[in-house]
Amino acid sequence: MEAMNNDIMVEVKDLKMYFPITRGLLRKKIGDVKAVDEISFQIKKNETLGLVGESGCGKTTAGRCILRLYNPTSGSIIFNGEDISTMPERKLKERRSNMGVIFQDPFGSLNPRQSAGNIVGDPLKVHKMATGQELKNRVADLFKLVGLDTSMMDRVPHEFSGGQRQRIGVARALACSPSLVVCDEPISALDVSIQAQIINLLEDLQAKLGLTYLFIAHDLAVVQHISDRVAVMYLGRIMEITDSTELYENPMHPYTKALLSAIPIPDPKAERTRQRIVLRGEVPSPVMPPPGCHFHPRCSMAIADCSAARPPLRDVGNGHFVACIRV
Amino acid sequence: MESVLDVENLKTYFKTEYGLVKAVDGVSFNVNQGEIIGLVGESGCGKSVSILSVMQLIQTPGEIIDGKIILDGQDLRKYKYNSPEMRAIRGSKMTMIFQEPMTSLNPVLTICRQLTEALELHLDMDRQAARERAIELLRMVGVPDAPSRIDDYPHQFSGGMRQRVMIAMALSCNPKIIFADEPTTAVDVTTQAQLLELMKDLVTQHHASLVIVTHNLGVVARYAQRIYVMYAGRIIESGLSEDIFERPQHPYTVGLLHSVPKLGERHGARKLIPIEGLPPNLINMPPTCAFLPRCTYKVDRCEKEPWPVLRAVGGQHYIACYADIKGK
Repeated sequence: MEAMNNDIMVEVKDLKMYFPITRGLLRKKIGDVKAVDEISFQIKKNETLGLVGESGCGKTTAGRCILRLYNPTSGSIIFNGEDISTMPERKLKERRSNMGVIFQDPFGSLNPRQSAGNIVGDPLKVHKMATGQELKNRVADLFKLVGLDTSMMDRVPHEFSGGQRQRIGVARALACSPSLVVCDEPISALDVSIQAQIINLLEDLQAKLGLTYLFIAHDLAVVQHISDRVAVMYLGRIMEITDSTELYENPMHPYTKALLSAIPIPDPKAERTRQRIVLRGEVPSPVMPPPGCHFHPRCSMAIADCSAARPPLRDVGNGHFVACIRV
Repeated sequence: MESVLDVENLKTYFKTEYGLVKAVDGVSFNVNQGEIIGLVGESGCGKSVSILSVMQLIQTPGEIIDGKIILDGQDLRKYKYNSPEMRAIRGSKMTMIFQEPMTSLNPVLTICRQLTEALELHLDMDRQAARERAIELLRMVGVPDAPSRIDDYPHQFSGGMRQRVMIAMALSCNPKIIFADEPTTAVDVTTQAQLLELMKDLVTQHHASLVIVTHNLGVVARYAQRIYVMYAGRIIESGLSEDIFERPQHPYTVGLLHSVPKLGERHGARKLIPIEGLPPNLINMPPTCAFLPRCTYKVDRCEKEPWPVLRAVGGQHYIACYADIKGK
């Protein structure tokens, strides 16, 4: 594993991100929100890795750690062969031009007082990659790339529809020609008929520009459609990671199975015949996660050993990893 | 089957400074006893406004311009929105479950106070009896440890639990019909599955009817017997659940079904077919079909004639479209 592997763009090793909870005048630490609890995975070049899970499972935190928007508590993030988890800020800035991010909320993530052209061109200015006419040309190219009319460059965000605004977000993420783009729920805030437009755009751009995506979403059907491989997170940990087709055809972790069965599919016949696993209870708090396997209190297959120790993410063949001692 | 709710040619317009918004423009639907109905459409299509109109909860600048709303034989349009008659019906005979349980529960009142309000008001229960009934209701919707949790405040409940409280509230006075406006949009999928299953069971037990308003086609596929699809303030297709999902005939419904990825489809097996363009601006709508600019099946008639009315295409299946796209 230590040997340099040229196919790997990002390697995350034992990543931990704890947010301290403080109380009182002296801000005494009384606990941690264990948002990401020692996770490891790799993102290969030119692939899409999907990261799914319910709200609060740590998927967004994991994505932000990879961009070093948070300083991880421990663990390493190797990006293009370099560990960026503790890299000093100035050096990191150079690496950042190689990373892009698309946020969920196309309303909140664009400055309402800036023109669309300025928003898209900003990363180029920050990284001193273009000025003057060159900057303008580059922004116009980006507009065309994401399917926006270049005549709209001087408009401000509220003049655009939700789908167009998300296109501005995509153009901004691609401004510095990054190799990795973290897409954090890029379509959740959009109308159903618009979602497909953005998914197709992301797919086309990946093919055209050879991008690598970390695609974070809660909708397993969308993630499965766009991703080569999918990692399923639950309460700060990765439960299962495998090829996206394999995940659907042969899910092994009890949580993955429950998640798959809970997703409503628009087909009444299939819906009425398929078995639904309705999980008991709710997701426990990440401040005091259950001992051993985080899923065991809600798992129908749990045995005494499940609460004893954390199950390792083990290889069950063909790049299929599962963190469960019962499969 | 006995009809509980009949809505005919409902029109609700909003007078804004930019022009007249025809949010609901001639919507007709009916709900039979014990039936689960799906009302599907994208944001801004008028699905919520239709339901709010039936509840007479439309605020200025909105106004119900025209239409009949018959609930259980009673013509609701005879009553003013704030009349004692309307207030006696709202919250008892017909109730509503809102999308966002945090903003629709009062944060400074205990769950008990909020649950018992309707019981005391509509069923004339005294405080003690109402409290006992409230505990029973909480237990029924699966809130663990109901007797002690009843004195908690909404912020002490999780999102899923809050939505259970909303369901308990909606059921408290044995309503004839419950409207659920995007009841599971704010919660996670596994919680969504729990809540939908719960709603279905309770509605069946109480012989009530349920109207689920949603943008998620998957949610209604499992539970709804009949579905109405809305676009730009009108119903453009209606029918049995099987009709809509297996034999959709309106280009919009077809487009909607093609544009969502299906679970289990192989990665890279197919490109999604999006509906191009944008949903229309409801101000100054053209007289022709509102879906025309985005439609890939249009025929000559579409450009010349006004928005088509619903026509039967077999059984209970209706579409508002000139084109015949069967088999295409």
